[in-house]
Amino acid sequence: MSQNKDVVEIDQVGFAYDGDLVLEDVTLTVRQGDFLGVVGPNGSGKTTLLKIILGLIHPLRGKVRVFGQPPERARHLIGYVPQHADLDSSFPISVMDVVLIGRLGKAPRLGRYRKTDRQTAEEAMQEVEIYNLRNRRFGTLSGGQKQRVLMARALVGKPDLLLLDEPTTSVDGRVEQDIYELLKKLNEKVTIILVSHDLGFISSYVKHVACVNRRLVCNPTNEITGDVIEACYSGPVHMIKHKCEL
Amino acid sequence: MFEFVEVLKSHGFMQNAVIIGLLASVACGVMGTYVVVKRIVFISGGISHTALGGMGIAYYYGYHPIHGAVVSALIAAVVIGLVSLRYHQYEDTIIGALWAIGMAVGILFIYRTPGYSIDLMSYLFGNILMVKRESIYLLASLDALIIVLVFLFHKRFLAVCFDEEYSELQGISVVTTYLLLLCLIALTVVILIQVVGIILVIALLTLPAATARYYARSLVQMMILASLLGAVFTTSGLIVSYQPDLPAGATIILIAGLAYLLATVFKGLTLRFPRKNPPKSLFRKGGL
Repeated sequence: MSQNKDVVEIDQVGFAYDGDLVLEDVTLTVRQGDFLGVVGPNGSGKTTLLKIILGLIHPLRGKVRVFGQPPERARHLIGYVPQHADLDSSFPISVMDVVLIGRLGKAPRLGRYRKTDRQTAEEAMQEVEIYNLRNRRFGTLSGGQKQRVLMARALVGKPDLLLLDEPTTSVDGRVEQDIYELLKKLNEKVTIILVSHDLGFISSYVKHVACVNRRLVCNPTNEITGDVIEACYSGPVHMIKHKCEL
Repeated sequence: MFEFVEVLKSHGFMQNAVIIGLLASVACGVMGTYVVVKRIVFISGGISHTALGGMGIAYYYGYHPIHGAVVSALIAAVVIGLVSLRYHQYEDTIIGALWAIGMAVGILFIYRTPGYSIDLMSYLFGNILMVKRESIYLLASLDALIIVLVFLFHKRFLAVCFDEEYSELQGISVVTTYLLLLCLIALTVVILIQVVGIILVIALLTLPAATARYYARSLVQMMILASLLGAVFTTSGLIVSYQPDLPAGATIILIAGLAYLLATVFKGLTLRFPRKNPPKSLFRKGGL
């Protein structure tokens, strides 16, 4: 795997919701094989950045390229893990059916899923160790289990780039560590961008860190060293931690 | 009960009523499942009341009311669907407006129609005991259409109901899928209004599916269970209402409502007082 290919190129991107500037002049490049952690306080534009990479929203200014293409055309190469709290937990749907949604784009347009779709879904569930949960109702699972289901759904499309939005909110420390170990393993094959407001574990697992607070506060050009982390976080960290305790 | 069986054997109207009840249960069980899980009960209510406006206009100009109802319900489905996707914050206001305007238009046109005015109450409450044979064929065709379309599109309907954003990322057109679903609901509602009335349609669309939701593990299970429950509610409603000569539609609604209430209370109790774990787990603990 070439380490030098650019997977995501964001060039001077700006975005606003109803006139409120959320992102301003963000320039960021993610290389193949990278594991980038995007951190920043709540409301700092992290999730917006992910949605721009996914092509769900379009930047007002600047240019985005994913695998050298406009984001919408690269979607089949991206796996996305949203925050599970946004999904209706009273919805009667099995784990298997949730994972199969990740095959929708590749399955036949009409009728049922093919056998190969189901096999691929089973492989993805085995990869994140939830195969035994496949017949359970999604809403009855714990936060960590739901997170793995959504990861399986993202992996079932065999992505080259994996985007995760706050994968460790509402899970305890041990589960959090398990999830990061799993991501580290997955990172051998796919490029990962992970968004988090929580700095607990992130620095020991990711390769690069970008700190976003409307602007890109620090650029992830260097490998992480103690000095870089200090420089990036000395200001914002205390503010973020303080907010978390509230 | 015994008397009901006798009537069922000898009277065509009761046979028709039971068959209509069963056919309506299938249509409502399947479409009601989507209505309940997607939380679009209010949207369905808006579509069905807008249909009344189209009925009134068609009646005034001498067309068959169902043609006006189909057109206005489909328009309402598309308008409400687009509003709910694009301008989510105004959704309930716009549905409320269409709901009221639809009814008002219907009432005005029916009032101004020369000659013997039709009974508006029959469109609101319907009369399952007065349906004609043709309605059975119409309803059977609707059931067939629903089952075929749901078989073809269920994957997408499920994905869009559960997670719109992810469906879009999969290259599925959320707008088209959602509008197709709403149009199918509109068609179901319109055809059933003729037969059982608006209020029974909304009851059959929501109550069996809402009850089934407590016990179903998937949407397909929920559809089957909701259809069966609907069949039980309509048939038992007809039986209960026959002897004391009660309005059949209202009796069916009350039975369905009571069942939903009991299921909700029961579900609440099982959540509050969960069954004790099997003793297995006690042995494991402490290794005794």
